[in-house]
Amino acid sequence: MENATNIDPAESTEILTATSYLMKTSTKSKTSLYEHLSAILMKVLNERPENPVDILEDMSRNIKKSKFIVPNDTIQDESLLSPAVDLADQQKALFEVRTEEGEDMPPIPDDDQDLPLPDLMDIAHYFEQAGVGLSQMEVYRVFLALKTLAENYPLQTVRFWGKIIGLHGNYYIAETQYREGEDDDEDDLEDEEIEEDDRGDESENGSDEEDEDELPKSNYKPPPTIPREDNRTGANKYIYFVCSEPGKPWVKLPHVTPTQIDIARNIKKFFTGKLDAPIVSYPPFPGNESNYLRAQIARITGSCQISPLGYYHFDEDEDEDEDENVRDSFIVNLEFEGLSLKELLEPSLSNWVHHVQYLLPQGRCTWFNPTEKPEDDFEDEEDDEEREEPDEPEPETGPPLLTPISEDDEVDGRSSWTPYLSSRLVPAYACAVLRSNRWPGAYAFAIDRKFENIYIGFGHKYNSENYSPLPPPPVQDEFPSGADITEIDDPTIEEENALRAAQRAEEEDGEELDDEMDEEEEEDDD
Amino acid sequence: MDSATLHLDIDYVGSSGILLSTEQKTALQNSLLILKHQNKFKKVVFWGKITGCSKDYFVAQGVGNDEMKEKKTFYSLDCSKWALLPIATDELKILCSRIKGRFAGDPSYEYEHVEIRKVPGENGEENEEETTIAIREEERLAVTIDAIDRDVKIVPRGAYVKLPTGEIQSNPSFEGLSTSNAAKLTSYFHFDKSASLNKRNLMQKASFDKSLDFLGDISEDVPKGSWSVQFERGDAVVTIRSLLWIGYVFYHIPDTRSYGHVYVGNGEINLDLSFML
Repeated sequence: MENATNIDPAESTEILTATSYLMKTSTKSKTSLYEHLSAILMKVLNERPENPVDILEDMSRNIKKSKFIVPNDTIQDESLLSPAVDLADQQKALFEVRTEEGEDMPPIPDDDQDLPLPDLMDIAHYFEQAGVGLSQMEVYRVFLALKTLAENYPLQTVRFWGKIIGLHGNYYIAETQYREGEDDDEDDLEDEEIEEDDRGDESENGSDEEDEDELPKSNYKPPPTIPREDNRTGANKYIYFVCSEPGKPWVKLPHVTPTQIDIARNIKKFFTGKLDAPIVSYPPFPGNESNYLRAQIARITGSCQISPLGYYHFDEDEDEDEDENVRDSFIVNLEFEGLSLKELLEPSLSNWVHHVQYLLPQGRCTWFNPTEKPEDDFEDEEDDEEREEPDEPEPETGPPLLTPISEDDEVDGRSSWTPYLSSRLVPAYACAVLRSNRWPGAYAFAIDRKFENIYIGFGHKYNSENYSPLPPPPVQDEFPSGADITEIDDPTIEEENALRAAQRAEEEDGEELDDEMDEEEEEDDD
Repeated sequence: MDSATLHLDIDYVGSSGILLSTEQKTALQNSLLILKHQNKFKKVVFWGKITGCSKDYFVAQGVGNDEMKEKKTFYSLDCSKWALLPIATDELKILCSRIKGRFAGDPSYEYEHVEIRKVPGENGEENEEETTIAIREEERLAVTIDAIDRDVKIVPRGAYVKLPTGEIQSNPSFEGLSTSNAAKLTSYFHFDKSASLNKRNLMQKASFDKSLDFLGDISEDVPKGSWSVQFERGDAVVTIRSLLWIGYVFYHIPDTRSYGHVYVGNGEINLDLSFML
């Protein structure tokens, strides 16, 4: 106010009008520029940001934003349940410890009590050294989820197979084997139902044909369906469980059929993350996404499950007379000492073997002869006679079990596996890692007696050539053209009239016909 | 991914199977700091990894004040020694478009491309002349990285501002996208000048801000569905994966300034995309 006295009255009124203008409250935001500027200056002085002039606009906007207050109402206190909270709620069960009543501490496990659960954190540690895998906390969640799986199902073995990334969700996949005698019957029932449905369709078609006779019969005969492999053998050796998020329920995948594998080889689709999503593709895929997922798992397992040479060996006690049958079982070699890093990383890769059976082009691990007729499958005798007896097909064979991966086909002119050492700086404690070039995302590590395989990726095979869908089948032949179906021009009105006139004339008394009419009649008769 | 916080941020893309071993993380932290100092960069970002058949290329980019213009790309085979990549010229891009297949993992590896050109010869006949063009893998690497940056490098809306001088800078008052906005493709921009601005509808025009909306958003990318948006851990992290360049992963934690991207893949474009959706 002291300064104000020095200013002449005219100026002071000008300042007064200016301030009063600045202090005028806005009709919209109920605040004035004066208040706003002082708020900004207060904020700057309180917070002391660097270069305040550059962020002045943002500060101004933020202050204006913070001024906006919604009138209180009851909805305000209602907090929305965010998906993160929802998930945390579901995962809470993973972190609960089952204790005996009256005891605080969980029981210390006995030595003889064996839970079929691998030490996933140990495995993840080696994969992390190799620069592969999931983040540590995620692995731990998967580990806990595997534990609940092992507790809830009668499982003999459990293994974390890997993760397949989809468009809207991902799949964590567990590879399990049921205990002896604890086979699952649900799938068998489902399969039978499907078969029955098929038969139902056929009979309907048959009745249709009777109603409308003389429909041309197609001489196309569908190739014989190849039955799926039994539980615990070949591609169905393991049972796979998937879940979209650790803590969510595990879903058992159906068994895979050879047709599904065959068609999965010819299509390339992203997974959506929903198991019941349809697969829209050409050739049409029999089943939904869960079947496609299972087929891809079978394919990846078939080519990417490897172990160091000598870890598994064939059981010597087994009859070796069975030369005809491919050996499909092996046991862990208890005397296996582990291979040295040098041996494991040898560029020829002859010290690694496949321990999963090769998937034949047929889609099975053991070849099935489609011309051999099952006894219970009766068909019309006549049909059989008409059908030409196909030649006895050459049985498909693949490399036997425990074949070194050096025998693998090349991928795009390069080896199908890339070996590397997990550490460059301290090789003494490193482990040997193999990366698959055929299925990008498949890795294996080995150190001493330990080894493991994992797959993390989109679930597609590598192909240097671009994918091209199968061409549609050739166009059906046209009906052979003959005299009775050849098209001729319709008679014109004049011709018809002429004919009618001629007929009338004939009827009347057989008068002589005009030459022209004669000709036309002949034309019409043609 | 900013090299300074790489060891923390790499965890956010772990769910895509992208992981660095402790050895690599430590080595990168060290060598990228030296790289930043020696080249006087404002910041150095860890760009990703391109896997080769024998070795992998680790890639880092140093940026100056204008992140769009002042950018240099380096590669390393061992996470500690960095080498500058050649500039991807238009000429190189045309040459490299003829190469396909995996990277070998050796920067001096030479791809040979035989080009058959018809040259009018004597008597009006056309003679075929074969010219062999050798392309070093280093050059192919530069072109691939450039293509990935151009096609799929994305930033959340508001992370960068265009100053009145035309310079493009990171926005100091960026506070992250809200959870609902983070799920929309319209909230992410191609960080590339050549990306065309999409036509905006009325709703978008209402919130249009010239200093923020100077880049094209990714919602109109062809083919539709070439991005996969997922929320991890409920809605804690939003992960966007490019399906065109499989291996490109972008993450953002809603309502925070934290975002980044990384590419870990074999450096090949997914031309089968339209069949796979």
